[in-house]
Amino acid sequence: MATAISNGSDLNVSRRSFLRVSATAAGGLLVSLYLDFPALAQEPNKPKTYPPDAFVHIKPDGTIVIQVNRLEFGQGVQTALPMILADEMDADWAHVISELAPAADVYKDPLFGIQMVGGSGSIAHSFMQYRELGAKTRAMLVAAAAQQWNVPANQCRTESSVVYGPGGKSEKYGDLAEAAAHVQVPENVPLKNPSDFRLIGKKTRRLDSQPKCNGSQKFGLDVDLPGMKVAVIAHPPIFGGKPKSVDDSASRNVAGVTDVFEVPTLHKGIGVAIVADKFWAAKQARDQLKIDWDFSGLQPADTAQLSKQYKELATTQGTVAASQGDLKVLDGIAEDKRIVAEFEFPYLAHTPMEPLNTTIRFDGGRAEAWVGSQFQTVDQMAIAQTLGLRPDQVTFHTEMTGGGFGRRAVPDSHVQREAAEIAKRFKGTPVKLIWTREDDVQGGYYRPMYAHRVEIGIGPDGMPVAWRHVIVGQSILAGTPFAAMMKNGIDPTEVEGASDTDYDFPNFMVSAHYPEVNVPVLWWRSVGHTHTAFVMETLVEELAVRAKTDPIAYRKKLLKADAKKSHAVLDLLEKNVSWRNSLPQGHAVGYACHESFETGVACAVDVSIENNRPKIHRATYAVDCGTAVNPLTIEAQFQAGSAFAVTQLMAKGAITFKDGYAQQNNFDGYTPPYIMDAPTAVDVHIVPSGEAPSGCGEPPVPVLSPAVVNALTKLTGKKYRTLPLVTV
Amino acid sequence: MENYKLTINGQAKEVTVDPGTPLLWVLREELKMTGTKFGCGISACGACTVHVGGVATRSCVLPVSLVGNRPIVTIEGIGKDPVGRAVQEAWVSEDVVQCGYCQSGQIMAAVALLKGRPKPTDADIEASMGGNMCRCGTYVRIREAIKTASQHLA
Amino acid sequence: MVRSESSGLRWLSGLLLLCTAAFTPSGAVGQVATSKTSRDTGLVAWQQVYSVLTYPRCINCHTATNYPQQGDDRHRHLFNVVRGPGGKGVPGLNCATCHQSENANSTGVPGGYNWHLAPLSMRWQDAKDNILSSAEICRSLTDRSKNGGMTGAAILRHHQQEPLVLWAFDPGQRRDGTLRSRPPLTHEQFVAATRTWVDAGMPCPTNP
Repeated sequence: MATAISNGSDLNVSRRSFLRVSATAAGGLLVSLYLDFPALAQEPNKPKTYPPDAFVHIKPDGTIVIQVNRLEFGQGVQTALPMILADEMDADWAHVISELAPAADVYKDPLFGIQMVGGSGSIAHSFMQYRELGAKTRAMLVAAAAQQWNVPANQCRTESSVVYGPGGKSEKYGDLAEAAAHVQVPENVPLKNPSDFRLIGKKTRRLDSQPKCNGSQKFGLDVDLPGMKVAVIAHPPIFGGKPKSVDDSASRNVAGVTDVFEVPTLHKGIGVAIVADKFWAAKQARDQLKIDWDFSGLQPADTAQLSKQYKELATTQGTVAASQGDLKVLDGIAEDKRIVAEFEFPYLAHTPMEPLNTTIRFDGGRAEAWVGSQFQTVDQMAIAQTLGLRPDQVTFHTEMTGGGFGRRAVPDSHVQREAAEIAKRFKGTPVKLIWTREDDVQGGYYRPMYAHRVEIGIGPDGMPVAWRHVIVGQSILAGTPFAAMMKNGIDPTEVEGASDTDYDFPNFMVSAHYPEVNVPVLWWRSVGHTHTAFVMETLVEELAVRAKTDPIAYRKKLLKADAKKSHAVLDLLEKNVSWRNSLPQGHAVGYACHESFETGVACAVDVSIENNRPKIHRATYAVDCGTAVNPLTIEAQFQAGSAFAVTQLMAKGAITFKDGYAQQNNFDGYTPPYIMDAPTAVDVHIVPSGEAPSGCGEPPVPVLSPAVVNALTKLTGKKYRTLPLVTV
Repeated sequence: MENYKLTINGQAKEVTVDPGTPLLWVLREELKMTGTKFGCGISACGACTVHVGGVATRSCVLPVSLVGNRPIVTIEGIGKDPVGRAVQEAWVSEDVVQCGYCQSGQIMAAVALLKGRPKPTDADIEASMGGNMCRCGTYVRIREAIKTASQHLA
Repeated sequence: MVRSESSGLRWLSGLLLLCTAAFTPSGAVGQVATSKTSRDTGLVAWQQVYSVLTYPRCINCHTATNYPQQGDDRHRHLFNVVRGPGGKGVPGLNCATCHQSENANSTGVPGGYNWHLAPLSMRWQDAKDNILSSAEICRSLTDRSKNGGMTGAAILRHHQQEPLVLWAFDPGQRRDGTLRSRPPLTHEQFVAATRTWVDAGMPCPTNP
């Protein structure tokens, strides 16, 4: 999601947020955000239980608990956001604990206006918010100490959770916490000069490593509650299908099965839910269901046919997303100075390692939910709606989550709605709905299938003078509550990375078609850039090779002058790819450069061919993400993101449909990269910057796959314009 | 339903379950040992890897009836083993994890690798870890951590 | 050990069948008769043996590559399984990582005692997965420098008793509950054909 859903001023102006401080029963300090109710902001009340509003909790023993307003699912935000707050607060990092905040208004993304993770915005959007919270908390601790010592606050300084005053006075934050709960909340406090940062910019190890290495970390799927039941659902094999008849006699006879009944699923379909004491019984019972499905009125998807239709559509102009100059110049360019390139991209499943799941207990007037959610606000609302409650009547726990890549940010909250429908039948009993891997691979919400067609006219200097680009694929936004992000009929998630390219083409047009297909689609880590960067960067490299120019130099020449970040990363990449001068026999280097989510990225890869597959020996990344909050996490995001990016190069990296049925159902048919498929070594170089931070979760992905095929082309002479890469 | 006596991380456990129940679900649901993860159910991803009789085993496809009297070690118990402890420590020092969901299985596979090949090459690592999927893609750091653990054990 | 009992019974009933049905005078198991069985009869029997050896249940583990195969289409074994030095995979990813000493029917994983790949000297395919000819496999199988020093009697015993050979005739069910396909002969017929071929002096086709 590249565009803001609502204006950031929402939270900062019309719904002003206020700090509230309170003492806890045990004598600590609770710093909370308070919305809309300035009169209550300073109320020395007991902390509210729900909805919660605390961001910082300083306990008398000095422990500092910081709430993270995001889902942690690998991106490292559970470490980086506390670093930001702790830095401004001068907290002792060794005593910082971070927790994932539940769903509540105060934890909404300050820019998007809902509580969510997306658009690589966790740090970018909450950087100032967490700095201010840290600075104000520090100011209150200082004020408390100053009052106690009867000295002016400006004669105190702080370091590592201690306030120091004149005459060698000092007091620990933990001991000041209760007093700080009674001081006036400051309106404005100065933020640190970046040169004074102690944590921001310093490689800092993750806070969640230990429990994730000894089995003690609980994920959503590990939720266990007294009397809990487990549910699985037999989903219609074609989206929107309904059972004509169900023979559940064998299923009901499986020991441990409690109930079998129909539940609504996505696209107005109906599935058959099995509720049992344990997963294995539920799964056995599902295997024994005999369902005759009704697919009447549905359009069964067939990717072989779609491929033909999309290709044809791509020869016609769609809704214009970007336009400059006049494409008529193409007509005057000789045939041998033109490139016509057709690309095809398949549906891709996200397949996060932790299968989708949701646990809900419905108590009549209230409900409690445990969800690994990228969309807390949306999912909480969906559960409330299904159960006939208000959102604040649904206590919504954000669970630690095993990956997501966009799959846990679904506008229709279909998994949560299913779980709520089931919970509604079992009042008072918690039910955990588990989607098996088969449900996940076949259950919809894929990166859409796309076709691109690009016509390029090359000038006498080898630089492109005209670029006509047509993109065909389902709209992710149309028909969802996020359709408001569409402007002039353009879904930005389809054209981003092309329509807003950093390259300067004097005559340029990007247009898009949005065919409707009965396959649910969704954002997939780096969204539109997954395919637009592939097209842009393979073609630009082809142009560079044709022009017999170094691909890095060619790109620099083609970039707009004001594409600051792209220029910076190409310069930095150039300094760090001396290895390209001593490549072993049978190896080739490929490049790509692409800005996404306001982060500039350039990449070079060293590739050979082994066992008829690309072997990526090395990837060198240069990154400009503004202020690098945690360089260790950034390095890790790029190293691992490079492996994730290989997904669309895998031989079995596609979801295909025949007669409406998905042809893959688990990792045997849809196979993401294993260790040997990923780059063996990845070095990451960060442009030094004091600018505002930008995202690092998605930007590693777009560049890797075009860089790899650019190297392959040098080895084989072939062009790779159809993904997945079935053969090399 | 049958009764099974299992030895898990050195402790005697007893469960009464359907004989076809995979060990994974016996661990997770009967014994509440949730460190071993469900990822695919078809031995494709390795998130469920435990040691059975010293062999790295995909617990999602192992019916409990076939365990016999072989001792089981899970992620919750591997830290008692010197190789296991070294691998866990290397995982933390190399900052390997991201979402962390596959890492129990990665660690169990890496321990088996280092027990069989104390000085693994890159090729050894790719072969032995080749069936353990990490969707975040932490493979570069997995390699580094295995080498770090190997050095510490030398 | 439910399976070893049932397969033992199968083996016993096979023997009984053989005793009544075999054309050749049945000597002690494994004893090579300098019999009246003609070379032609032996070659006919060998073709039957060959039809079993090259059936996916058998040939999938007699590869020329560093990996086993799976399925009736003999595709490369999934999940990056490799041969390893002893044909049992590598530490961390052994055959026994999934394959137990018997079929795991509730999860669809086949199993048999000491699950492993045949040695490369007993490959019945070339490096491109093409099945070797009848003559080629026959020559390898009868070459004691390649077959682990097995005499005709030992080969017969291998076909009668080796758990993984027995497995091929009782290969269990797949993940979806359907049964894995079985070789074109029953185990009894396979043993009888092997016996006839061994009795005939293990003749090999002369064509390449």
